[in-house]
Amino acid sequence: MRPVSIIGIGKTPFGAFPDRDLRSLAVDAGWKCLRNAHAEPSQIDAFFLGNFAGPSFVGQNHLAPYISTAIGIYGVPSTRIEAACASSGSAFYHAFNAVASGICDIVMVAGVEKMTSQPTPRVTSILAGAGDCSGEVKAGSTFASLFAMIARRHMYEFGTRREHLAAVAVKNHANGALNPDAQMRKVITMEQAMAGKPIADPLNLYDCSLISDGAAAVLIAPTERAGEFTDKPVRVLGIAQASDYVALDQKADITTFPAVRRASEKAYRMAGVSPADIQLAELHDCFTIAEIIALEDLGFAPRGQGGPFTLEGHTARTGDKPINTSGGLKSKGHPVGATGVAQICDLVLQMRCEAGERQVPRNSLALAQNLGGSGATCVVTILGTV
Amino acid sequence: MSDPKGTVYTETVIYAAAEEFASEVPFQTAIVEMDSGARVTGRILGGRVQITDRVIQVDSRNGVPFFEKLG
Repeated sequence: MRPVSIIGIGKTPFGAFPDRDLRSLAVDAGWKCLRNAHAEPSQIDAFFLGNFAGPSFVGQNHLAPYISTAIGIYGVPSTRIEAACASSGSAFYHAFNAVASGICDIVMVAGVEKMTSQPTPRVTSILAGAGDCSGEVKAGSTFASLFAMIARRHMYEFGTRREHLAAVAVKNHANGALNPDAQMRKVITMEQAMAGKPIADPLNLYDCSLISDGAAAVLIAPTERAGEFTDKPVRVLGIAQASDYVALDQKADITTFPAVRRASEKAYRMAGVSPADIQLAELHDCFTIAEIIALEDLGFAPRGQGGPFTLEGHTARTGDKPINTSGGLKSKGHPVGATGVAQICDLVLQMRCEAGERQVPRNSLALAQNLGGSGATCVVTILGTV
Repeated sequence: MSDPKGTVYTETVIYAAAEEFASEVPFQTAIVEMDSGARVTGRILGGRVQITDRVIQVDSRNGVPFFEKLG
């Protein structure tokens, strides 16, 4: 296996863009990425697309070549990967494998979702399709309700409190307010975060990520060729994908995500680093409780202590373990299929010292955690500039 | 198989539902650990339940178990 580096990144802003369609968002991100890497479409050996539900949201199938040809990439393998909210994290994993194995050299990974053209109850139904439609979904479960049940159990077993959940939202909104590409650039107070409109007890509106349109793209290459494209390459030091049951009621313990543990253990081993070495991370805060549990499953906080760890300020931009300096899914936005690649773009910005007002000083070793559904897919990626 | 009983493992009250269930909000769902050991996701009828409450299945609709609080 040969070393792989990220040589270019490109993103659209995240938000509600009624006059933009799915393809134009993805093409915008793809072109920005090519310009960022000083690359031409003809240099691309393969295209991977992460997209969760384009067919349901906008009625378009066969999305990968539909998008890659519009970017100007012709003839090469063009493949869509679907893994719920981990779709583009998984696309990145498969693209990494293609380059690391020597099958491909220059590969583009894009992620896109166009969600806001549907009314919220319809969006909720489409998202629920990432759950088990033969059981939990038939009972009326939404994704918010699945994570609400996870939060309830975490509260019962570990004493996690409402204010712990609110602390995640307050922190991520504070970060997102500094991100010009974020959907909701709004600082919120603890009082606001505690008193949001109820969605699924104990989660309120401020515990839930946003419904978004957006796209992101990265270009990867064998590290030995990275210098042809950029003087600021970022190495992929470790990466792993793991899986688990789709139905929440099939999991023995819903207060932890075995797929996160499995993927992170493999990624740490591959990178030769420990959780304590990681200097910043983008975690999958689809709901506030998900960030709390991710802190525990990744080994950043002791089991059951993700809430207090957050409330104590460790994960703030100025803390010793900055988490979601982009604003996270909570404030930056969560165009489902774009999220995994967007996390990587945001880490690369930090690692190149291009993160503007939200720049953190310790930025040479970073981790992205992208979760699908209620934990059935997880991709963990560790990036380094050393 | 009649009157299967179980214990609430976790629960939530849903206020924002998928379009198919939008007319029913608010409603409670729970993961119930049946006395047989199996866990199922179902709906709660009548009064609200909490973790560790004992429940009994009183109905099944479209393959979804419906429970009520025992006692």
